Amino acid sequence: MAIITMREAISQALWEEMERDEKVFIQGEEIGVWGGTYAVTKGFLDHFGSERVRDTPIAEAAIVGSAIGAAMAGMRPVAELMTINFAFAAMDHIVNEAAKMHYMFGGQFRLPLVIRAPGGGGRQLAATHSQTPDAIFAHFPGLKVVAPGTPADAKGLLKEAIRIDDPVLFIENATVYQQKGEVPEGDYTIPIGKSKVQREGSDVTVVAYSKMVPYSMQAADILAKEGVEIEIVDLRSLRPLDMSPVIASFKKTNRAVIAEEGWRSYGVGSEVAARIYEEAFDYVDAPVRRVAQKEVPLPYNAHLEQLALPQVDDIVNAVREVLR
Amino acid sequence: MDKKEYLNLYHQMVLIRRLEETAAELYQKGEIGGFLHLYIGQEAVSTGIIAARQPQDQVITAYRDHGVAIYVGSSANEVMAELLGKATGISKGKGGSMHMADISKQFYGGHAIVGAHLPIAAGLALSNHMQKNDAVTIAMFGDGATNIGFFHEAANIAMAWKLPILWVCENNRYGMGTSTERASAVSDIIQKACGYGMQAYDVDGMDVIAVKDMVRERLAEIRSGSGPQFLEVCTYRFRGHSMGDPERYRTKSEVKKFIEKGPIDRFRKFLLNEKIVPEEELNQIDSQVIGEIEAAVTFAQESPNPPEEALFENIYVESVGGA
Amino acid sequence: MANIVEMPKLGFDMAEGTLSKWIKSENDTVEKGEILAEIETDKATVEVESTFSGIVYKHLITEGTAVPVGTPIAVVAEKGEEVNLDALVESKELEPTQAEEEKAEPEPGPTPAEAQQSAKEKEDNSLIKASPIAKRIAKEKKINLSEITGTGPGGRIVKRDVEKFKKAPGRVSFTNTSKAQVKHGVDEEIRISNLRKAIGARLTESRQTVPHFYITSMYDVAELLKTRKQLNHGLPEDQRVSVNDFIIRAVALALRDFPNLNASLTGSTITRHGDINVGVAVAVENGLLTVVVRNADQKPLKQISQEANAMISRVKDGKVKNEDIEGSTITISNLGMFDVEDFVAIINPPEAAILAVGSAKEIPVVVNGELEIGWRMKVTISADHRITDGAEAAKFMQHLAQFLEQPWRLFAQV
Repeated sequence: MAIITMREAISQALWEEMERDEKVFIQGEEIGVWGGTYAVTKGFLDHFGSERVRDTPIAEAAIVGSAIGAAMAGMRPVAELMTINFAFAAMDHIVNEAAKMHYMFGGQFRLPLVIRAPGGGGRQLAATHSQTPDAIFAHFPGLKVVAPGTPADAKGLLKEAIRIDDPVLFIENATVYQQKGEVPEGDYTIPIGKSKVQREGSDVTVVAYSKMVPYSMQAADILAKEGVEIEIVDLRSLRPLDMSPVIASFKKTNRAVIAEEGWRSYGVGSEVAARIYEEAFDYVDAPVRRVAQKEVPLPYNAHLEQLALPQVDDIVNAVREVLR
Repeated sequence: MDKKEYLNLYHQMVLIRRLEETAAELYQKGEIGGFLHLYIGQEAVSTGIIAARQPQDQVITAYRDHGVAIYVGSSANEVMAELLGKATGISKGKGGSMHMADISKQFYGGHAIVGAHLPIAAGLALSNHMQKNDAVTIAMFGDGATNIGFFHEAANIAMAWKLPILWVCENNRYGMGTSTERASAVSDIIQKACGYGMQAYDVDGMDVIAVKDMVRERLAEIRSGSGPQFLEVCTYRFRGHSMGDPERYRTKSEVKKFIEKGPIDRFRKFLLNEKIVPEEELNQIDSQVIGEIEAAVTFAQESPNPPEEALFENIYVESVGGA
Repeated sequence: MANIVEMPKLGFDMAEGTLSKWIKSENDTVEKGEILAEIETDKATVEVESTFSGIVYKHLITEGTAVPVGTPIAVVAEKGEEVNLDALVESKELEPTQAEEEKAEPEPGPTPAEAQQSAKEKEDNSLIKASPIAKRIAKEKKINLSEITGTGPGGRIVKRDVEKFKKAPGRVSFTNTSKAQVKHGVDEEIRISNLRKAIGARLTESRQTVPHFYITSMYDVAELLKTRKQLNHGLPEDQRVSVNDFIIRAVALALRDFPNLNASLTGSTITRHGDINVGVAVAVENGLLTVVVRNADQKPLKQISQEANAMISRVKDGKVKNEDIEGSTITISNLGMFDVEDFVAIINPPEAAILAVGSAKEIPVVVNGELEIGWRMKVTISADHRITDGAEAAKFMQHLAQFLEQPWRLFAQV
């Protein structure tokens, strides 16, 4: 086991897959010469060359659209959107083209396409650069949406995403690239569409993904001092959504908190809560609580921004609330 | 070109024409649902293009795609069955009129969102470039699509990366109900191509031979590394944008004028005048086509609907239904 | 002129009364005949009318205070009149007693609940809030949710409440619930009401001092039931005549010929009453009251029925009038509605007898040597052997048969 950062995990996954299969290539804004604005692809250009590490114009529809075409015709592209906020400029291609190709043409076309995009706020980048619109993309059948919460999961899931023939939106978090974690040695993949219990506990089920996983871990330490042991279930994939470990946990604890960085309304928590009630109604001891971003566009001012974003304390308080 | 090739061209155009006319009838009977965009009047364009391409050259187009489907060699049976939504359709009944495709013939579909297929076309060309497979992507689109952002991003990236792609604009003078004069900054579409530094040409879309020759030249140049090129094909659709179009945006006299200069009649006249083919053989093709299309209709009508399980098939490659 | 209102005597044996509720507050106008206050006696809470008109100048006692009959309780003066209270009251004896311990209402008092209840929860007492899993566990363990105190938000019963509940038996809790349920392992202590106390005292005295004897007779009530059905045909619920109404009239008519059973013993004097006032026992919460149909032998069946219904309604609404419950000369207790075969009642002193009526049932009977199905109802008379004896009582029961078994007689005479 090695301890590496989230950035390193993603970078290693890309590198290893590009080494493994020459059909894999990457394209996006500033990924080549610059080395990626989050330094994920630093060193790639020199090693793999400009044919397989392609700097693109600032043209998201073309970035994603051409990746779709390349994937349909036999390549295995990993397109990068500099941030998920720019995904809206390629919205049609992500949800209307990539998600539908395999289905609409009766299974004739395969899309071994990965779109990587970091999201999240907290660095005073203001409203249009700080969003977590994961739920919107998870809405569309035909797309797979993955959002890892640990370096180990990030590496394994990205490798899997590259190897499968379905289009995957791989959502990273821009503020946790330096988050450290243990990662297995050697080559390994993690199946997409499987949630995981990251921490066991008997009192409250905390469902989280992405950045809310390390936050929940911190909340767990605080709560443990009060004698409260939370069980953290990391969704890892938003579509397909694996509720089995969530339900199994909930049947044990009877109380759940769902944490996400996106907004509460119409968010991931809405879906998970609905399913908890549908599948485990007789186990409910308290209403499910959702920890999420406040319903505001994210402001520039540092304090206001932190006020709007969900914090570790919010998770702690939600757990306490649900135990009342 | 030998006689056989001429006959083939004629056959294809008549086949497309007859298929479209029949589709219109079926639509009005309620057997075809959704949108139906007829290719009548534009037959020479896709016929000429496909005649000019090499088998490895991909073709991708927008939603007026039946002609392309037929001409790449997909059977009229499968096309008709797809129109009726049957399991034997070219897209297994899951796509309909706007989403025909045949990967075995390098036909990358019919696409419904205006211009969205253009970046995808650039991607096809990118894959040709990366795989060094000597193929050229032929991207077909209408005049209206040259106004949407997707076109510009695609044209730009293809040129910036020098991708092997031929942009073919079927300028039928109207983007749905809006003429190019009203919708476009410049009515001569090839002017837009110049903005991207592409070599740009135009050709009379009513002349199937002219189209074929022009496309052949362009493909040869692109194949040898010229980078993207742009071809504006001047054509006209004799029917409305789609079924149910009241056509308030153009006069009947204008339409009549173009019908008189239509591609099939023109080609027929040419063949007869140049004594390339005797009339009986042309007539034979005419009646043969009627039979072919009738057979296609019968095939389609007798084909089964997709089973209910098909609803959840082909969402993912591993066929995981639901979320 | 200022007038003193005194605690009225509302019953011949009333010694003290409790000022249950002031209807007219201080400074209210009151007309003679308007309800001034509610006063609780041994037997019931009674609305008391003002005998004076004017302004209620002062309440001399507070609600909940018990005072002997005759004690000044209020002053009614003229509008604008200045009253020298001390002077006025000094002329009367004034000895209020604190009645905190004694204070009781027919309704249950407050519950010292363990959980805090917010005002919002009080709005909706009919809904027991419990989480789905708490409900499920309670159902599985056969625990009644209404017995559990919820500690969740808003008093919600949650899993831990149900789990703890089954682990902690043997608590003593003060509750005044009317839901009589034995809570396993939990002793309930209930303070008895005034009414219960009074009933207990009277009946203990009766039991101990009156030499009771009992005779049971069985009556063929087929005709009575048939007549009743005919009478009630097409009538709405509230106008129907009951079996008990028939019995009241039958007893009253039968008593005409047995004045010795329509009597009271006081000291060594037997008073054979000139009026036949039939008392009917009515069950109330935590006790019973007897409403009285006066001169029941003089009134037609319909009228008896109406009067009885009206009085019983008043009892159940807690608005019984004094005259409703005074002056019975004989009492009937009917437990027929509870499927009782027969029973024995305790005489209501100072009456000579009490009749206990069972259910009318279909049973096999022998008629002319043949086995048939017949309607039979048992009545048991409890009689005071100081006033009457077995033969007389038995003859009365025989005579009663005429009126119970031949209901036309109830209509024939007035």
